[in-house]
Amino acid sequence: MQKLLLLGDEAIAQGGIDAGISGIFAYPGTPSTEITEYVQNSREASGKGIRAIWSANEKTAMETALGMSYAGKRAMACMKHVGLNVAADPFINSAMTGANGGLIVVSADDPSMHSSQNEQDSRFYGKFAMIPVLEPSNQQEAYDMVYYGYELSEKLGFPVMMRITTRLAHSRAVVIRKAPKAQNQLKLPENIKQFILLPVFARKRYKILLENQVAFEKAGEESGFNRYFDAEDKSLGIIACGIAYNYLLENYHEGKVPYPILKICQYPVPKRLIRRIYEENNELLVLEEGYPMIEEMLKGILNIGKEVHGRLDGTLPRDGELNPNLVGKALGKQQEDIMDIPEFVKGRPPKLCDGCGHIDAFLAINEAMNGYSKGRVFSDIGCYTLSALKPLESINSCVDMGASITMAIGAADAGLVPAVAAIGDSTFTHSGITGLLDAVNSKSPITVFILDNLTTAMTGGQNSLAFGKIEEICKGLGVKEEHIRVITPLRKHHEENIKLIKEELEYNDVSVIIPRRECIQTLNKRMRAKHKPKTE
Amino acid sequence: MKKDIILAGVGGQGILSIAATISIAAMDADLYLRQAEVHGMSQRGGAVQSHLRLSSENIFSDLITQGKADMIIAIEPMEALRYLNVLSKNGWVITNTNPVINISDYPDIDDILNEIKKVPHHVALNADQIAKDLGSPKSANIVILGAASPHLAIDFSILENAIRKIFDKKGEKIVRLNLDALNAGKEFSKKYNNKQS
Repeated sequence: MQKLLLLGDEAIAQGGIDAGISGIFAYPGTPSTEITEYVQNSREASGKGIRAIWSANEKTAMETALGMSYAGKRAMACMKHVGLNVAADPFINSAMTGANGGLIVVSADDPSMHSSQNEQDSRFYGKFAMIPVLEPSNQQEAYDMVYYGYELSEKLGFPVMMRITTRLAHSRAVVIRKAPKAQNQLKLPENIKQFILLPVFARKRYKILLENQVAFEKAGEESGFNRYFDAEDKSLGIIACGIAYNYLLENYHEGKVPYPILKICQYPVPKRLIRRIYEENNELLVLEEGYPMIEEMLKGILNIGKEVHGRLDGTLPRDGELNPNLVGKALGKQQEDIMDIPEFVKGRPPKLCDGCGHIDAFLAINEAMNGYSKGRVFSDIGCYTLSALKPLESINSCVDMGASITMAIGAADAGLVPAVAAIGDSTFTHSGITGLLDAVNSKSPITVFILDNLTTAMTGGQNSLAFGKIEEICKGLGVKEEHIRVITPLRKHHEENIKLIKEELEYNDVSVIIPRRECIQTLNKRMRAKHKPKTE
Repeated sequence: MKKDIILAGVGGQGILSIAATISIAAMDADLYLRQAEVHGMSQRGGAVQSHLRLSSENIFSDLITQGKADMIIAIEPMEALRYLNVLSKNGWVITNTNPVINISDYPDIDDILNEIKKVPHHVALNADQIAKDLGSPKSANIVILGAASPHLAIDFSILENAIRKIFDKKGEKIVRLNLDALNAGKEFSKKYNNKQS
């Protein structure tokens, strides 16, 4: 079969296309974005009429995928780990309704927080929802697991979660394809009441979910993704989950580990295999990318029985992603003698691009707010969050998508007036609209900046659902028309922008200021495409 | 055969084009391959790196173990030094000498170049100047790749083919400019090493 060089994200996307999905629904978020982008850019996928859509947020994406599953077709919802917090309500309840057409929910975790505000471990969500979780150790497994995951989802009648982490998402390797499958026909659930979670039906569905736990665990024993590799030296048994398995093998010549290994890539945890590795070895080492989930289960509250090493006893760091060195140290391997990095090498943090409209917007905001005490600007998640750093140092919060507006309301209610919110165009339609409605209804004296660069910039320039709609949305929510003001964040308009901002800061009700200028990256991309020579 | 390579630069300099070219060449040479990239936030003018691993044997980890990299290929000199702890004592540093100064506390460039020259195996070249002289200022990254090519253990013709595949969509002129850049880098590297020894 065909060989492709794919990112982990792309392997998942290709797996979905080949498994016969009819739709993929997502909100962009590092490190998950490339899954949906791959399907959007795939000629094969568009030829098959596969829907590949940026939804308003992860919740609407999850619900749309669930609706497609209800109609009997295979669907995928993709998000970054914190996106699953947004989608948590439909996600947890999809375990109650179950799936009709195969349903896979991909959550991409970001240990070490390369591009995120925390390093939460999505496996806990899978356990919380009580559904099967697949955690691939490499790109081929990611592809194979999607292909398998849809069969599993339909066989069991439940959604399946796939959990990946940054390194796999953004690392390339060769993937061998399987034979593509046709899409499912439209077919409603046999029990037409299955998806009605009224208490009377929900109680029945919950019992069905509980009864299926045994089948979920058995699936993990039969699929071959959880494997026991026996070895001579029983002084240590090693449990390695997902990509941690690779770091383990990397530490031994040709991957020949002298200790027994239990590789776990499918959950619920395989109890029978865990009992075996515990009983047959003197001590255990648990290697997990993320939280010490299995390690904590093994230790329990009392920590009695055999020694269990891992992130909780300091054998491995409690936080951050793993790598071959950390795993090597945990195994007591001699580390290479290394060259020192000269002390004068300075950090080079990310920053707003030269020519970015956000810079001019925040220069004006900074100056307009000079007369007030500091600490009044609540912000949100996007490129503009970089304005927290030098030289701008404009903002005072970044918590979750949409929190800028609502936190500003709360602070204003506490007496911090004026309070300011700064939110991007795409973040506004993701989770800012409801907060702005709150502000209007409570006549909150806040000034909301909707920083409109006409795109979802931080994740690479995906379409913004807010495009061309922001003023109408604000008007519809009840913001007074004369207090919805558009400015152009350019150096030459600096003085007039400051004057306008000062006016709105004085206004004792909700005002919205929209600094609008196209993202410099998408502008450059557009210009390059315009001047691209025709291929011969 | 095994080559563990760190690619380093500043967001927007084109390390991913180098990675893509070597990856295609490695596939054509029937080698195993792993390539870890940096996406997202760090791409905004910050330090970026990619771990690229080629081998005739199966590769396990996406990341290279500290002290075991065979080569650092850098499009920016300070970025070359940032990953010295990953380089093996016998490893090569192939780097641009032209700095990107987008931070206020950028160190003295002479200190940087002196440190690079302390690495026993290195090639340091002003790739931006060479690319400009070729009339292709955007090909500095490919000049650097050319300078690394004698140490990659991949046939030069396979690399040339990879360049053709990567730039094919951009037209024949761009393909030719990048092939010239690759060659110029290679020639510089050969002379540089003769001078050194």
